[in-house]
Amino acid sequence: MTAVHIVGAGIHPFGRTEGSTGLDQGVFAIRQALDDAGLDWSQMEFGYGGSSAAGAADAVLPRLGLTGMQFINVNNGCATGGSSILSGYAAIKSGEFDIGIVVGFDKHPRGAFNADPEASGLPRWYGETGMMLTTQFFANKINRYMALNGIKAETLGQVAEKAFENGAVTPHSWRKSPVSLDTIMNAQMVSDPLTKFMFCSPAEGGVALILASDRKMRELGLSGPRVRGAAIRTRPAGSFEVFAPALEIERGKSATQLASAAAWEMAGVGPSDIDVAQLQDTESGAEIMHMAENGFCADGEQGDMIARGDTRIGGKLPINTDGGCLACGEPIGASGLRQIYENVEQLRGRAHGRQVADAALAYSQVYGAPGISGCVVLER
Amino acid sequence: MAVQVATNLFTGEGNATRLLAGRRRTDGKLRFPYPTGPEADEFELIELSPRGKLWSWTVQRFRPKSPFNGNGGEMDFKPYGVGYVELANELIVEGRIVADDFAALKIGQPMRITTEAYRENADGEAVLTYAFTPDAEGHSA
Repeated sequence: MTAVHIVGAGIHPFGRTEGSTGLDQGVFAIRQALDDAGLDWSQMEFGYGGSSAAGAADAVLPRLGLTGMQFINVNNGCATGGSSILSGYAAIKSGEFDIGIVVGFDKHPRGAFNADPEASGLPRWYGETGMMLTTQFFANKINRYMALNGIKAETLGQVAEKAFENGAVTPHSWRKSPVSLDTIMNAQMVSDPLTKFMFCSPAEGGVALILASDRKMRELGLSGPRVRGAAIRTRPAGSFEVFAPALEIERGKSATQLASAAAWEMAGVGPSDIDVAQLQDTESGAEIMHMAENGFCADGEQGDMIARGDTRIGGKLPINTDGGCLACGEPIGASGLRQIYENVEQLRGRAHGRQVADAALAYSQVYGAPGISGCVVLER
Repeated sequence: MAVQVATNLFTGEGNATRLLAGRRRTDGKLRFPYPTGPEADEFELIELSPRGKLWSWTVQRFRPKSPFNGNGGEMDFKPYGVGYVELANELIVEGRIVADDFAALKIGQPMRITTEAYRENADGEAVLTYAFTPDAEGHSA
């Protein structure tokens, strides 16, 4: 079977860039990825791209050259980036194409995301009475998880503290200043038990990755991490997901548990083999719960692991080495690809200032509404 | 005079409130809220249990953007609770939480259904939605 490699990576810094549209940031990332690989746009055989609030991704075509290439717009909530890379991966693995690009970019207004009940198949009253907020879902999920598994509020704070610490040494991050645990814990409560520093904010940014078959990679004299496993799964019956007016009594697995199990199986490795991981940290609690849902620990072990520094750079399993969504913000179309960009940098030994020593296997997991998870295992 | 925020959502007011749901005729599976449109034909309208146990909760501390249309502006917005209540053998239902002290809420505690006037309409009438509140009598069906 054809092996798929990431031979070029580009990023437009996340955060807020006045005077630059989401599309501008996507084009910037594509040019950087092409430069990184020393390739020309005309060599791209296909493209997959997505943005949630910054227009159709194929609007990059006139800016880069109308070559007639196959380009497909992807829209899959916060898992848009994960969906784009999975599509590109499948396009090469199937033998259909040898080289192509995936891109994600976005630019959101300040403040929480707007939700549209009808677009999610929900009644108007659900939004009007104030129950259709992603923040409430995350808070409800972690509040119950903490009660059942003995996770303390301070652990939530430590996750955010680490995120800002990592963000401070990451060129593409938004938040460049460390924030003390005291400040995090005593900040304004947004949705109990989560304070404002424990939530990521909608932001801007762009990421592009060039994928190639191993044959094409060698032919062009390139190199890059290999995609060992990639899977996306949607919510199964009995999972607790965002925008759910009611749940079934009988509880089941989550979309993340299904996607990670599929990715591990495809990769032929397990959580204990991973050197560095990027896990969706929409808020502090998500990183904690995703540690268990992806198989990196049992429920309830996170408090000790995090207190010991296991998830910091230099620890046993560094998580969100670029500060994750907490320090980079969340441009929906680009977020999942940022995780993979960061893993590429780690595996290529280019993550200056935040490098995980000898990183050989990297894992990423993106999660999006209304219950989609995408996991990718990369090998140096 | 108070009006309900939606039809086929609940009946009554205060302690007499009963939450409505759909029971699929073919397999008895419950659905909340009761479906609208052509799918509704597959479901009979039933009442859910008025009591249950708190499954999880949080507090909405900032005023949500549209389509939220509840009382209070940016300056005088009053935080409200949002949580899930497990109705034994039925469903775990999401709702607003009415409580004197949110910090005192405990997962597993008995809750009961009630209504909350979450806004006034253009005619000055209170618009009611359903909500859950700690069950002082301590019953949890």
